[in-house]
Amino acid sequence: MMGTSAEAIALNLLRKNFNIKNDDNKPLVALAGNPNTGKSTIFNALTGLRQHTGNWPGKTVSRAEGYYRYKGQEFLLIDLPGTYSLLANSTEEIIARDFICFARPDITIVVADATNLERNLNLALQVLELSSNTILVLNLMDEAERKGIKIDVKKLEDYLRIPVIPTVARDGKGLEELKKTCYRINRKGIKIKGFQMSYSREIEELLEELIPYLQRKLAFLEDKISWRWLALRLLEGDKTILHSISTYYPIYGEAVNVIQKGDVQVDGVN
Amino acid sequence: MLLSELAMQQKAEIIAVKARGRQRRWLLDLGFVPGAEIKALRKSPLGDPAAYLIKGTVLALRKEETNLIEIRRKV
Repeated sequence: MMGTSAEAIALNLLRKNFNIKNDDNKPLVALAGNPNTGKSTIFNALTGLRQHTGNWPGKTVSRAEGYYRYKGQEFLLIDLPGTYSLLANSTEEIIARDFICFARPDITIVVADATNLERNLNLALQVLELSSNTILVLNLMDEAERKGIKIDVKKLEDYLRIPVIPTVARDGKGLEELKKTCYRINRKGIKIKGFQMSYSREIEELLEELIPYLQRKLAFLEDKISWRWLALRLLEGDKTILHSISTYYPIYGEAVNVIQKGDVQVDGVN
Repeated sequence: MLLSELAMQQKAEIIAVKARGRQRRWLLDLGFVPGAEIKALRKSPLGDPAAYLIKGTVLALRKEETNLIEIRRKV
């Protein structure tokens, strides 16, 4: 998955900020999703007793991590806090966002409530903007069926350009397919870049200006961040993301400061 | 009219969210978007916050938030 061993070492160091000990480079899989989607049911079903719980470093938000094995390959699974968004409205959202953005999981699974897709896809679209190798799980498919909701999984897959897997985690249905999909993505070492949201012309034009500027000023991030996503956050006036960049890349704090001092002042496009 | 003026058990459509910045972002992320249907469910004992059904989920909002959401009542 990782190009050079130097890169792998750097990434492991970054991940240590999140208390991830993964010296043998197991594929890191993150579970994201809205509250009450059965995310923890999936986590428990995958890891069984091979899990432990604690807190996120420096936060009073609890977290669970565990292992599972598929076809001889071990995976490290992290359960992110349940959130409606990744846009830094709360501590939970900052944790989930920072983890996906800086610990850069090899695969991010978004668990959605199949009975309430419209609400759940908001988070899925945000994760797609932020990272590659996203899988969408449609959980609670039995409840959706009872409510008369039919989901065209193939169409959703074509539209989002990522694997979409229907499950009934309570009964273990679909989990084999989920594990198989993670395994394949990992073994092939591919990067799946899913659907990217387009915005109004006004915003797209601002992005065209801002992205090259950020790439120059924050060159150290190379391909380690989605520039489009970062530019969008700055246009929105999100101040927490620059703070997070200087937290996880402390030696580049000065470069981040230059931007913080105000080259980007388009606050409040929304 | 404003969401804060919607009587309990009444339905409405959201017309506009007048909050700005982070609060706006937060309300939009929770599903309070223009065009969405909303139903006032019940008030807390002191009248504030109140619970609303929005996009299949029950969420509680305070008056300072419902004052920022413009609606059209459904009959």
